Amino acid sequence: MSQPVRTKMVPAPSHGILPERDVNERPVLEARNLGIDFGGLHAVEDFNLIIGRTEIAGLIGPNGAGKTTVFNLLTKVYQPTMGTILINGKDTAGMDTAQASMMGIARTFQNIRLFSNMTVEDNVRIGLHNQFRYNMFSGILRLPGFWSSERRMHERSMDLLSIFDMQDMAGAIAGSLPYGAQRRLEIVRALATNPSLLLLDEPAAGMNPHETEELMDNIVRIRDRFHIAVMLIEHDMKLVMGICEGICVLNYGRIIAKGTPEEIQNNPTVIEAYLGRQKEG
Amino acid sequence: MSKKTIDKLLTFGMVIAAFIVCQVMIANGAMSRSLRGQLIPICVYIVMAVSLNLTVGISGELSLGHAGFMSVGAFSGVVMAMWLKNGLGVSNTLICLSAALVTGGLFAGIAGVLIGIPVLRLRGDYLAIVTLAFGEIIRNVMNCIYISIEGSSLHFGFVNPKLPGKLLVNGPAGATGVAKMSTFVMGFVLVMITLLVVLNLIDSRSGRAIMAIRDSRIAAESVGLNVTKYKMMAFVTSAVLAGMAGALYGLNFSTITASKFKFDTSILVLVFVVLGGIGNIRGSIIAATLLTVLPELLRAFSDYRMLVYAIVLILVMLATNNPTLRTFFSGLKPGKKSSAAKEGKQ
Repeated sequence: MSQPVRTKMVPAPSHGILPERDVNERPVLEARNLGIDFGGLHAVEDFNLIIGRTEIAGLIGPNGAGKTTVFNLLTKVYQPTMGTILINGKDTAGMDTAQASMMGIARTFQNIRLFSNMTVEDNVRIGLHNQFRYNMFSGILRLPGFWSSERRMHERSMDLLSIFDMQDMAGAIAGSLPYGAQRRLEIVRALATNPSLLLLDEPAAGMNPHETEELMDNIVRIRDRFHIAVMLIEHDMKLVMGICEGICVLNYGRIIAKGTPEEIQNNPTVIEAYLGRQKEG
Repeated sequence: MSKKTIDKLLTFGMVIAAFIVCQVMIANGAMSRSLRGQLIPICVYIVMAVSLNLTVGISGELSLGHAGFMSVGAFSGVVMAMWLKNGLGVSNTLICLSAALVTGGLFAGIAGVLIGIPVLRLRGDYLAIVTLAFGEIIRNVMNCIYISIEGSSLHFGFVNPKLPGKLLVNGPAGATGVAKMSTFVMGFVLVMITLLVVLNLIDSRSGRAIMAIRDSRIAAESVGLNVTKYKMMAFVTSAVLAGMAGALYGLNFSTITASKFKFDTSILVLVFVVLGGIGNIRGSIIAATLLTVLPELLRAFSDYRMLVYAIVLILVMLATNNPTLRTFFSGLKPGKKSSAAKEGKQ
């Protein structure tokens, strides 16, 4: 077993599958030898990955492969027991989730986690929390700083909601929205934090084929408009193969394949992990 | 004007209208003596209920030690006021009273920070148990404090009553010979300050962060909110307001003992919050007013007074949890459905 290396940079045998346009730019995310043990269980091991500045990357694998654990490691919900995570070239060792968010990493959740008793607009405004600042006292005393920040927050949140045509719902309580709208709101909230990397955990779960297609368009549109990288976990192969430029396949906590959608589709190890080995003879 | 603004103005309007009605009644002599004596306690309990609602309803932490902060505020406020009056010879009661409120809030705020550091690491039932314990600790510490005034200097003693000068705070016997400085107008001003702080806080960046952490801690962290900071902000603000209410309460009686701020008081305030609706500030005001007046109104039942009081409480709870009635009320008030559902869960 490799020794835990948390802050030290280690040369990583990474096969970057960066899109052409990102080749000479600093990658938005570099994970090197990332791993976490839960007791004796190696939930994720030797995870090496580079994501380009404007890449759409997919993370796939059978159930229980450790995909969400990888997201939790990248967002510092779990502290990795080994390895290094660099966001925009900066080491995130010792940071907590909130600090990782301020470094430019935003996420959505597999089971939706909205602020369900608050309005749609307030959900987005919370995403804008760290960009429009005023202190508690100007809030209580309604000083000019409060009014100007709140006005700009309102404009920005309406702008963000317009990505999914949700401006009309701004006053609705988030928990009362239909399922699909809740998923979209979660993406808007994540975008509000002004990330450079957006992590989507099963964004198409529970959506019908028509909604999934719309979502695919929207993910590409978001990438083009905000110039950010997107990494998504998804079981819907049509979505993954349709929009991802690089795909990483995880099984039993280890990367078993990396490559373009075509390479992954024809990779015998991946087929084996999903469908099992062909009977001999 | 947004719905939130109208809601806020309605709350302020209600309190101001009630204040004017009371003042007119006092001027006409239409208010009974016993009810007049209740006016300041009503203001105190409104502030207590609204501030506890900030912790329980807005921040989502069940705190059972709110009377502890009231106690800290009451004793520090009383000592400040009496020291100014007897020690330094300040004759203006308004200055003494204001200084007492500020001191009460300050000391309760310090207590809030000290208690908040360990307590806010806990969640749910554990947090409730530990706040309860801290409430009791404060009461027992207050029982051991002796403070005397000698000329213009204050003397403090812990478990040691042999102090020079005239004893003001006498351990378990509490503070005696306190000048009654509290006025109904000051009570009204304190209620307005509390409402201004709490309602504006809720409807601002910090308040949104506090509510976001209540709704989903993990999601709040993932968008970059500092959970500890905002939990602490709600807890300490709540403690400061409770301390100010305590100072007002302390200066309303000639004697004040630590045993007045025991567990029962914390629960009483929690009952106001729950009956008024968790997270509903206006509800807290109404519940605190009615339930403070109710025991007096029930005097006609003499011995059965507390029995009837309990029955009234049970009936109100049954009524607010009745699905038919709840649909009826939520039909009257669009957008209140989720808060009604939340009350049911608590």
